[in-house]
Formats: sequence, C-alpha cells, structure tokens
Amino acid sequence: MDLAKYPFLAEAGEYLRDKGFNLEQLGHPDWAPLVEKAYGRIVVASSGQVYGSDMERLENPDMEILSFIVAVILLKATGIHTLTRRFSLAEARRAERYLQQDLWSNKDKNLELPLKIIQELFGVQVVVENDEFVIKVGDYLQRAVHFHEKEWKLVNRRVTGGLVYLTAHETVRLIRTELGQYINSRIQSITLPSIPDTFKARVQDLVQLATKFSDAVVVSSDYPPCVKHAIEVLEKGENLPHSGRFLLATYLLARGQTTDQIAPLFKNAPDYNERVTRYQLEHISGASGKGTKYQCPSCDKLRSENLCFAIPDCDGIINPIQFGKKRKS
Amino acid sequence: MLEKDVTLVENAIKEYYFNHFDLVNIPPKLTQREFGYQKINGGMIRHIAITDNKDLHLLLMKETPSDVYCSNAYYSFPNLPMSEKDWKGADLIFDIDAKDLALSCRNDHSVFKCGSCHGAISGKQSSCPKCGSTKFDVVSVACKNCIGESKKEVKKLVQILGQDLGIKNEETEIYFSGNEGFHIRVINHNYEMLGSQERADLVDYIMFNGAMPETFGMKKQYNSKSTLPELGEAGWKGRVATSLFGSKSKVPKVTRQIISDGYLAFQAKLDEVRQTMGVKVDPKVTMDIHRIFRLEGSINSKSGLSKVQCKNLDDFDPFLDACLIGEEAVEITANCPVVIKLKNKKYGPYANERISVPKYAAVYMICKGLASVV
Repeated sequence: MDLAKYPFLAEAGEYLRDKGFNLEQLGHPDWAPLVEKAYGRIVVASSGQVYGSDMERLENPDMEILSFIVAVILLKATGIHTLTRRFSLAEARRAERYLQQDLWSNKDKNLELPLKIIQELFGVQVVVENDEFVIKVGDYLQRAVHFHEKEWKLVNRRVTGGLVYLTAHETVRLIRTELGQYINSRIQSITLPSIPDTFKARVQDLVQLATKFSDAVVVSSDYPPCVKHAIEVLEKGENLPHSGRFLLATYLLARGQTTDQIAPLFKNAPDYNERVTRYQLEHISGASGKGTKYQCPSCDKLRSENLCFAIPDCDGIINPIQFGKKRKS
Repeated sequence: MLEKDVTLVENAIKEYYFNHFDLVNIPPKLTQREFGYQKINGGMIRHIAITDNKDLHLLLMKETPSDVYCSNAYYSFPNLPMSEKDWKGADLIFDIDAKDLALSCRNDHSVFKCGSCHGAISGKQSSCPKCGSTKFDVVSVACKNCIGESKKEVKKLVQILGQDLGIKNEETEIYFSGNEGFHIRVINHNYEMLGSQERADLVDYIMFNGAMPETFGMKKQYNSKSTLPELGEAGWKGRVATSLFGSKSKVPKVTRQIISDGYLAFQAKLDEVRQTMGVKVDPKVTMDIHRIFRLEGSINSKSGLSKVQCKNLDDFDPFLDACLIGEEAVEITANCPVVIKLKNKKYGPYANERISVPKYAAVYMICKGLASVV
C-alpha cells in the first residue's frame, strides 16, 4: 500500500523480481492495459495535471506500482527530458498529497514512513510537537526562500529556539521541489534494458507528444543577460522562480511585445497552464485587474534575487530595460 | 592624507601590532579564510591566504595596513579568484552602525569639511558658508549617545538570536567596530551553510520586515473573529503583544479597540513595532556571503581606534577601552570645531591651532581629517 502511494521508493528491478515478473512478461499482450495505464500516467502529467490523486484508485496497489515502473521505462525509451521532468513534477505533487494525508491522519499513530521519507530523502529532520511539525530554521530557510508568497517569510512563522512550527500541509509543500528533483534523478539513474515490442508504439506516441513542448523560441541577441538566462531556463523545461518569470514578462512587455507573443515562452515550464499564464500576463500588463502596469524590476532587486548575470555591457545601467541603450560607444 | 601624516599613522599602527598582537582574534578555520587589507591612500588588496598566526603577524608588521579584513566565509582555496574559491560556509555576521539609527545627536557631532577652502564647520550644511562650495565631506566624531543607542540595538539582536534562533550566548561574539558601531559574529553550524537569499530573509526576521497582520491573528474580513497574540508568547507574537497591550489589565480594552480599528490600522501598528522593536542592522552585510569583514583586534583607519571584543557590553566604553595607541606627545595643527572625548579627556574645539596632544588623540583627529602633523 505504501509503495502504491510512493512508487518512486521501489527498486524497480527488485520489485519485479519479488513479484515474479520480468520485463519480457510485461510485453505480453495480456498486459496491454498496464502499458495503457502507464502511458496515461505520462500524458496526464505532461498536461500539468496530477494523475490518480484519489485514494480509491489505490485499490489495486500492484497496478499502481507497475504502471509507475512501466511509465519510467517508456520515458527512458523516449529519452526526452522535458517529458521526464513534467512527469517527475506531477508524481511529486501526487506523492505530496499522500504525504500530507499520512502526516495528518496518522498524527497519533504511526508517522514513521512520511517522516522517514522527508528525513532520509531530503535530510530534513521533522519532530512532531502536539499538532505541529517542527524543523530547524536553517532547513526551513533553504527551502522557503524559493517561494514568493509573503506568508513563507520567516517573520510570518512561529519561530522559537531555532525551530519553525508548521502544519502538515506546509511541511510537505516545503519539499515539493526536492521531491520532483528526487524522482527525476531516480529516473535518470536507471539503466534501461531492451524494451518489449509492445511498448514501442507508445514510445513513438510520446515522441510525438513531446514535440508540442518544444516550439522554437526566438532569442534576440540584444536582450540583457538576465533575460537571456530566464529564457534559457524555460527552454530547458526547468523551473524558473516566480521572480524570474516576472522579470521576463515585464521586460518583454516593456519592449513592446504582446501577451500573445510572450505566453508561448512559458510553455516549457513544468507547471505550465495556458489559462493561468495568460491571466497573469494580462494582469502584469495592466490589461486586467486594477489596471496597474508593472515595471521591470531593477538590477539591484534582481541581484538580491540571484537573477543577475551581469556582463561588461551592463556597465552603468540600473534596470535591464536600459540594456543596449546606455551602452558606451 | 599627507605624507607626514601617513608616516605618523603608519608608525602608530606598527607599534600597535607589535605591542598588542595578542588582541588580534584569530578566527577559527584561519587557513580557510580570505584576508584582505588596505594601506593609507591605497586600494584594496584581497584574495590572500594566511597559513598561521605568525604569517598574519608578519603581514601586519611588514605592510602596516591601515585596515585589515578577513572573510566570514570559509573556502577550499581562499587565495584563488572568487569563482574558484569553492565556498564552504560562512559565519553569520551583523553590523550595527550609529549612523543608520537616525539619532537626533548626529548633527551635534558632525563636522562639515569643505572640499575647496578646506574649512571645517560644526554641524551639517548644504554648502560651505565661507566659499559657497558644494563639494564637501561630512565626518562624525565620538559620541556617547550614539554608542549607547547602538548598544541597545546589540541587546535586541542578541535576545532574538538567543530566544528565537536558538543561538547560544557563547556562540555570539560582540565587537566594537572601531568607529561608530558594533559587529556581531555568530559561529553556529545550523546557520553557516545559508546562502545569500536565506540570510536576507533571516535579516528581515530580525528587522521585523514584511510582517503580515494575518500572522498576528488579524483577519482582513470578519475581523471580529481575529485572535490577537498573547503576552508572554514566544518570538515576534510575544513582542507584538507587549507592544500592543503593555500590561495584562489593558488586554480586553485594547483588543476591542484594535479590532474596531481594522486591518489597515493594524498594519500601521506593525510598522510601529518594526521601528521600535525591529533590530536596525545593515542588511547588506549579513546577506553578503563573500564579504571580507574587519578583522577582530585590528585598527580602524576611520578613527585609529581598534575593533575589540566587548565582554561586558554595559560597561564598555570604546573611547577608553578601544583607544590603544601610544600616549607620547605629538605636535599637530588641528582644525576641529567640535569637542572630542578620548580616554576621559576632552580635546578641542580647535580653530587651526598648533597644539601638543597624546599620539592617540593626534591619530584620531588625523584619521578624521581634522588635523595634520606640524
């Protein structure tokens, strides 16, 4: 049951052996529904959704674990990083829900597994005190600084004796990114044996699916290095923090681009959602909401957010917008 | 600085490092730290690695640097360029400077130094009353009130470090900065791996920046259901409660008032708390994980005073305890329009007067640009 919730903890090969399976057997047409389930798991993840989050689907734990393993095999065979990253993030969100449930519902009983996952995978020691989960200030800061919302600032937390007090939900939210990275690294580290022929059609479908996420992006050479960096991160399908996305949007808007031109840039973000992206771009541009047009953040601000990658051409500017204009001849 | 003044100050510095090298605090992990120094009228020389105490003593005696710095960070290769140093962690450091406290006494002990006619006038001016020039420097001299107020900030900081952040007293070292404030160094392995962003958020906690009314139980809507913090609670909740209520008997009345005043008024109250109870540290210093920070026990060339450890903060008098340069008489011409008190003796005001003063007072005035060797 636990492995059905957290299938990434399973040693795939070992698990199959224990259950008396091997990869060849799974290639038998009788197992076609499993391959379909695995394929579906990837498709759902690639669209930014979380697969099978309700507990009922765990009625057949073996299918849950096997479909994860087969999904990993399909992804490895496809060999497209963007898909793997999207899958890892979606699986992390899925596991996050179970972790939270486990922390919450097992409060008085057995917290061993969820706490063990958090401690062993991420080196964060969590102690339970009454109804709260307690971690060290340093462990908290190293994760919380990546969140933009004000309530994650240390000053808005209960802090005493070098410890921060959190709810189950907050504790799990704090490690989401690392969980995604962990799943991704687990998938990367697997070496793939030859795959059954029955898998191959779906591998082709996945290659096809991935083309959707790799639209060519035009990068102008006269963008400042901070903006180029932001575009590169997104192109690689990696997660650009909120502050980086804000920089990119405000910069391009100030340069006269429209939300229609900018929105596709975010397509590769692991949590891309077209509707939300457009809404946010319109808000920043002043077209919706209160009509405030947001300005591009200053170089100072970007430096403090570790988003500045200054080059000699940046000399003398205080805002990325000035890049190229103030350049000494 | 003029050549003859440089000679006097450098000799005083050499003598100091000869007699008082024991005061130079060798920080732990000495060999993993980056050192840097400046000479009078010279630029910064950094990316220096030191092998042991003798090596450091030799550097101080040979170069007679006006200022010596040591990184709060530890590196695998402290002498290589920054990108190749291999950062291994850094002590938490804090800088509290009287000039950042917006004190009303500042004007009384500031000297306006004209860049054109070299006149020196007490107090702040927008242009030189003698020649009308707008090119000028402002220097500030010793003030007991500034030190007293800075000490209050140090105490607030130490309290938050201890109670909230779990840093023991013995892990916190307090130093007089050598000019107008205090430096605090924390050596605690729970915090040494924090990056710049993490330290920035830690500073916001200490300064009480970015606090939301919701954190303190104030609701934006239906604020009659708000539950304000209680007196005696840990951390900022307790401090906010102390600031809001003062004493237990006032709790019911004040609570009703706060809830009827609403969300925005509460936000304004939190801002007051920030100004009165937030610690006024310089956030840039704490955030910088590659900084070279004034070496403990070294001389500060802004004053000729030393950066010394304050074992007993209440009794510490920097103008006595950190004034460690020799006493022999030196002839100087002083143009110092304000009174300076060093080692319990008053000097000045002087209007271009030729005087004979102890070397520490001469160095002090020369470092401030208010005197010159005859």
